[in-house]
Amino acid sequence: MFEKRSIASHINPLYSCRRYGVSLWQCPQFLFLVMGLFSIIAIIAVWLVATSRISDPFLVVLIVLASGAFLIVMSFVITNSFERMAEASKMKTEFIGIISHQLRTPLTNLKFSLDFLLSDHFAQERSQQLEYFGILQENTKRMGDLVDSLLTISRLENNNVPLEKKDVSLERVASDIIAKDKPFADASGMRIILDCKPGLENVSADLLWLEQIVGNLLDNAIRYSKGGGQIDINIRRKGKMVLFSIKDQGVGIPKAEQKFIFEKFFRSTNARKKQVDGSGLGLYIVKRFVELLGGKIWFKSIEGKGTAFYFTLPVAR
Amino acid sequence: MAKKILIIEDEAALQKTLAAALKSAGYGVLQALDGEIGLRLARSEKPDLILLDLIMPIKNGFEVLAELKADPEMKDFPVIVLTNLESIEDVDKALTVGVDTYLVKANYTLDEILAKVRQTLKEEQ
Repeated sequence: MFEKRSIASHINPLYSCRRYGVSLWQCPQFLFLVMGLFSIIAIIAVWLVATSRISDPFLVVLIVLASGAFLIVMSFVITNSFERMAEASKMKTEFIGIISHQLRTPLTNLKFSLDFLLSDHFAQERSQQLEYFGILQENTKRMGDLVDSLLTISRLENNNVPLEKKDVSLERVASDIIAKDKPFADASGMRIILDCKPGLENVSADLLWLEQIVGNLLDNAIRYSKGGGQIDINIRRKGKMVLFSIKDQGVGIPKAEQKFIFEKFFRSTNARKKQVDGSGLGLYIVKRFVELLGGKIWFKSIEGKGTAFYFTLPVAR
Repeated sequence: MAKKILIIEDEAALQKTLAAALKSAGYGVLQALDGEIGLRLARSEKPDLILLDLIMPIKNGFEVLAELKADPEMKDFPVIVLTNLESIEDVDKALTVGVDTYLVKANYTLDEILAKVRQTLKEEQ
């Protein structure tokens, strides 16, 4: 079975195009096939026309010229598609660069803490050792989180994130996540207010995805605060959808950078100033998840004043 | 009198480990979690050596270096850059400004960093 499929897939250009993750009209294998087929048809057509209508050589010339022009355009498109693939490959290389750097920070923390714990030169008490074990634990988690995000991205790009749609209460998810983030919020002097209309319908979504969506948005709202303030979460029905909004009074997103905010690895300049650590993957994942669940996401932001993110999800039937 | 070392590093965990190691080696330690506090401490405390990270919030390491070197009172403070940036451009940029030693965190153990600190302080005497 496997043998058969692999032979078939070698012949089938659509298979390679899917594998590279590019659309048909950007895929060299497919374009070459179209060009080849067209050349054959053009040759036959010219032959037929030339033999049956030899009386009108003008038309023959016209067809030949038109075929030639089409072939030139096709070659141009194919060359372009190669450029796109090269671009994609360059992005992958950059991706590896960024990721290695981000893994290095927690790795360095692990390394130095271990150096410290294992060394004979540094006098240590038990309580001090425990602190270093705490550092080990926290940074192991940090690396784990980053690897999780990367796996999610890789699955998103191959279209195989496990999806299990159920009826979920968005309010329940939000209040669970608020409870989980409370220590972080308290430490940052933030107050979180959840406002939800009683008896609100469930949404149809995957619970794990939903937790990631809400968790990421709340985490950003806390992380990019200006040392205290309030975060307002509001959930209500809007037509066939449930609308979730989260407003913070944080650093905001500079206007010129707003269009990039959902792009992979993008982090706004003021976000980077505020918080060095961050992968720029969170909002990319959030957007993809919301859209795959059949919703929309958007935001309003004023630099220095705060940001409000909104997303909708379909009401469960 | 114990030599004073100023650590400017935003990673709290690393800051803590470095401080503990330096203290147990007998140095006085000053700590700053961002570039701005770092510069303020450098100005007021006149440390014998500065350990400087490059990627930091508020003021990054390159900005700190530029201000240190522009200030006649601080321009001679020895600086060891301790970072995970290792592209040739970054290293060059730091060395042209006048950094004494450039260490890539991932490539050194705590003991080796202490040895570099000792060596730099000795050369300064």
